[in-house]
Order: sequence, then structure tokens, then C-alpha cells
Amino acid sequence: MSEPDAGSPRTGLAGRRWANFRRNRRGFLSTWIMVVLLLATLPAEFIANDRPLLVQFQDRYYFPVLANYPETTFGGDFATTADYRDPYVRDLIGADGWMLWPLVPFSYRTVALDLGEPAPSPPSAEHWLGTDDQARDVLARLIYGLRISILFGVVLTAFSSTIGIAAGLVQGYFGGLTDLLGQRLIEIWSGLPVLYLLIILASIVTPSFWLLLFLLLLFSWMGLVGVVRAEVLRARNFEYVKAARALGMSNARIMTRHVLPNAMVSTLTFLPFTLAGSVTVLTSLDFLGFGLPPGSPSLGELLNQGKNNLQAPWLGFTGFLALALLLSLLVFIGEAVRDAFDPRKVFQ
Amino acid sequence: MADTTEALVEIRDLAKTFDVSKPWLARLLEGIPVQALKAVDGVAFSIRRGETFSLVGESGCGKSSVARMVVGLDRPTRGSVVFDGTNLAALRRRADIAPLRRRMQMIFQDPYASLNPRWRVTDVVAEPLDAFGLVGSRSERTEKVADMLQQVGLSPDDGRKYPHEFSGGQRQRISIARALAANPDFVVCDEPTSALDVSVQAQILNLMKDLQQRFGLTYLFISHDLSVVNHVSSRIGVMYLGRLCEVAAASDLFRHPQHPYSRLLLDTIPDVAMAGRARAPVPGEVPDPIDPPPGCAFHPRCPFAGERCLQERPEPAQYGHSTVACHAVEERRIPPFSRSNPGR
Repeated sequence: MSEPDAGSPRTGLAGRRWANFRRNRRGFLSTWIMVVLLLATLPAEFIANDRPLLVQFQDRYYFPVLANYPETTFGGDFATTADYRDPYVRDLIGADGWMLWPLVPFSYRTVALDLGEPAPSPPSAEHWLGTDDQARDVLARLIYGLRISILFGVVLTAFSSTIGIAAGLVQGYFGGLTDLLGQRLIEIWSGLPVLYLLIILASIVTPSFWLLLFLLLLFSWMGLVGVVRAEVLRARNFEYVKAARALGMSNARIMTRHVLPNAMVSTLTFLPFTLAGSVTVLTSLDFLGFGLPPGSPSLGELLNQGKNNLQAPWLGFTGFLALALLLSLLVFIGEAVRDAFDPRKVFQ
Repeated sequence: MADTTEALVEIRDLAKTFDVSKPWLARLLEGIPVQALKAVDGVAFSIRRGETFSLVGESGCGKSSVARMVVGLDRPTRGSVVFDGTNLAALRRRADIAPLRRRMQMIFQDPYASLNPRWRVTDVVAEPLDAFGLVGSRSERTEKVADMLQQVGLSPDDGRKYPHEFSGGQRQRISIARALAANPDFVVCDEPTSALDVSVQAQILNLMKDLQQRFGLTYLFISHDLSVVNHVSSRIGVMYLGRLCEVAAASDLFRHPQHPYSRLLLDTIPDVAMAGRARAPVPGEVPDPIDPPPGCAFHPRCPFAGERCLQERPEPAQYGHSTVACHAVEERRIPPFSRSNPGR
């Protein structure tokens, strides 16, 4: 690997990678769009909610997004949490104050009761992307759905790469019987029909976010093992790794300090693609109805609605475009990361 | 052997066999037996405190395998390595081995590959310190590394650089600094100069000799280069095909080599006085170690081989100041060694 002449090689190498990453214009632009998307979806409660961000009532300030206030606070009749979309509550607050609403004044589970036509209703000034077949705002569900997709993907990727890297590291480093048994176990384990297993489990227990994550994790950790194992098999024969062993370093220390950094480049390159895969898995499970609990906002559920309501094309189009955008962005970013870590890549 | 000083390291009947046979199913189908390569076959010697013991021999004679077993990179098939009265093979728990491991370090052949290119020199040199928990504070670590770098003739400022910014000789100095950072008693040097320019070799060898005196080190020196060995050794073991042919003090070996193989090795040293004169060519090749010749392994190439050498394996015995494994020496069939310019 030829180093640039800039400063010390570590900053030089990092600088070179950053420059390579930036030079992949498509990937760099995708990264920025992804950042905007994350900023728009991660604080979903503040972007799309059926509660106002701020209420000023009788010279006092309330933050309904962060806390529950009973209706009686605003002079209503019930001790239950105020429904700010209710015209009665609106009038009460409007009489002696004001409300600041989020950009999209609906939550993912808000049923629009004042819809003038049968649900699903087409896009309008109030519902920018229309409503789904239960009269819920599609844009609000999309924002929450993207968030859960991204979060699920990130958490699943994080867990499965941690386990996968550890397994690959141990197998590759110790080799021999450990490696042999590990590889056979993975071959058998990966032969299990994952989808059937999930369908059976979904009929016994209602899958939650974490249970689903655990079930998918049982099978997704194997993805990185091969890559890491191959890198480690190579690295363990490096002279300086042997040197460390001869100097009496512990195996754990050699694995983490000498071998793993070598395997990290190829692993990092893999991560965006793993992330895209995780998003797809959740979407397909949701589409089939074996995913997140009913009522959860998700891209798969939106696609399923689009399939069931072909007379309402905005449902299918929204789901398709959102998923296509998300996956394209992840793949483009992945390509840019790959370029950044490619020692032979030279841009003009 | 007239031991005046105690032995720091004692190698007893050390052997290493590598399984080089085909996979089990292939063996079963083709009806071929298990094949074993005896890389080291019953080697025994002892290294006294403060001396430099060298192992010499052609490529593949098993000298590096001995070094690897001594430092624990490979587990011996048979025999034992006794370090300062403790049999290393008998220790199983890491906690028991660690204090001994600190006292036993290694310098490697290739100074380009044996240093992690991602690490700064400070971290490379401090690796044993960190691993054995020898320094308490950050400043103590920096100080110790700076001291080590100065001991090997580098500047403390070099610690901030990366290994690739140094020449081969400088990198070997870093390697030496790393080996000595843990303050060891015993250093195994596996061909430490064979990857270096001739002009740099002498510098590194002199540095190693200086450090040996300064820190009271004991060296096990592995080399195929007899002139290098002559420069550094107190005693020398000559290996051939996994066995020791001759163990003698350096001066004895170079002046009066007894084993025919030692003589052959000495004859191959090129020197100025011999220039232009025809030399006896080295007859034959090293035999296949998977299928070594019966009897004395050296007999196919030996000018003194007799009937007995083809059948019976010679055992090491004491002749004069040397330990030699040879029937011809035992039977006094060998004429005195004569060389136009015997060892310096």
C-alpha cells in the first residue's frame, strides 16, 4: 500500500480514505440524503404526532409530546389524557391560549375520524400522502415505519456482526478442530429453513421488536463469519503475529490487537450491505404478516396494504418508493465505503 | 561435559514430528500409510548462562524448529525444554508460564514482516511491557521505551514513527529493543542478520554482543552462515536432518572439526585466501526428511562412510572437547582436518 506523503501515515491513511469516500460523488450525496432522512425520522414524535409540541394555556406552557396532561388541565370533563385533536379540547385551549402542532399533525395510529370520504383516501392538503385503509395518515406511518426499519436494521447488524466477528475470529485464529467444528455447525445451522421457523414461531407467540430481533439474529450472525475467518486465517500467519506469540502475548491480546484490525477493513466494507439486507428481511416478514405486532407502522405492512388496495395506488407507490430509496442509499453508501477502504483505488 | 557454570536452558531429547500425510479418506482409498516428517529427532544440548550457543546447518535441518519449540511456538512431540530448572512442557496454566515467558524472548529473521505496520514504534517496543504488566504509568512506559531505543542506537524521537519509515538494519534494532524491553535472561535469535545487507550485519551482531555484556544475556543463535556464527558464538551445535552431528566450542569447531559434515560445512566458507582455487564440490543433496536414509543420515554424502554407517545410527559421544555422533570418528578412520586457511 503506498502511503501519501502527508504527515504521519495514520492521518495520511484516514485522510486518503476520506478523500476516496468523497470522490465517490454518488455515495457521498447518498450519505447526505441519508443524514437528512435520519434527522427527519429519528425524532419522529416531534415531526408527526397527534399531540401539539407546545401548548400555551392560561399563561402556562405545556409540552404534550413529552408528558401526559389530563383533559381537566384545560378545563375539560375527564381525568383521562387530553385528546388534542378533539374539537371540544381544541376549543377549550383556543379560548385562552394556543397550540403549536408538529409538521404532520398525525401519529402513526391516529385514525382520522373527520375523513369526508371512505378510507383509503387519496392524497389531499391535509393528508399529503393520503390515508390507508384504516384512515391513518400514510406520511405519519411512513416516518415511523422508516425509523423502525432503520433502527431494526442497525441493531440487527450491530448484534450479528459482533457475534459473527467473534465467531470468525476464534475459528480463524485457532484453526484446526475448532475451525472444522465451527464450519460444520454453521453449514448445518444455515441449512435450517428460517422462514418456516419464523412462521411457526409467529403462530405460537406474538413477535415483538426484540423477539423478532432475537429470532433473526439466530441466523443472521453467520453472514460475516466467512469473511472474518478468511481474513484471520491470512493474518495469523503474518510474521508479526507469530512474533507476538513467540514474545509470550496472550491469545486474546493477539486477536484483538494484531489480528482483528486487519480483518476490520473487509468487515466494515460489508456492513452497509448487511444493513440493507436486515432492512429487507424485516420488510418481507412484515409484508407476509409474520413481522412486527399488528398496528405497528412498517414498510412491509404498507406494501401489503398497497397489494390489498390496488384501487389506492398511492399506498403501493409510497411503500415502493420509500423502500427503493432506503435500499439504494444504503447500497450507494456501501459502495463509497468500499472505495474508501480499497488500497488500490485511485481516482483521477 | 565439563560444566563450570550452570546451564540456563537444557534441551533433552527434543523431537518434533509433523504429520504430512494425505487426508484420511484419500489414504484409505489409495492404501497409503500415514507419513510423518521428523523435523527434529532427538536433539539434546544445554546452554550455559551468559554464553551464545549457535545452531548451524543447511535449510531444512530443523534448527528453526528447535528455536520454535524452545520459545513455545510449537509443542514438542517428545522431549523437554528445561528453562532455569523448570520443565516448560510440564506447565499447562498460562499464569505459571507467563513469568517464564517474560524471561525468554525472541528476535526474528525478517525485520520487515515481524513488526506490525499499523503500530508506532513506541507501541511495538512497549508490547511486552504492556502484555506482562511491567510498567505502571504512561510516563514510565514512555521513559522505558525511550531508554530501550537508545540502548539499541536509535533516537527516543523515533518512537513516534512507523516501522516502514526505517531501514532493514534499523528495523532489526527495533526488533531487538522489543525483545529486550521485558528485561529477559534468554534471547532466541532466529537468523537475525540473514535478511540484512552484509555491511549492516556486522553492526547488528556487534550491537547484540554489546547488549549481551550489558544485560548479561544468554543467546540461542540460529544461523546457516558460518562466518556469522564464528563471530558471535561461544559454542556451536551442527545439525543435519533433525539431529545434532557435533557440539563443540566455537574455537574447537573451527580449528578441529571432527564430524565429516562439520568439515564439509567449513570447506564451503568462501574466503579471500581461497579465491581462484578449485574447491571440493559439496557432494549430493540433503535427503528427503520424510524418508531419511537408514543408519547415519549423512552416509550418502559422507566420504568416510563405512558398512556400519549404513545400518546403525551413531549416538553422540565425547571426543576431546567435542560431542560427536559419528562411527568414523569413533573408529578413528578420519584423517586430521586440514584446510588452507582454518577458522580465524
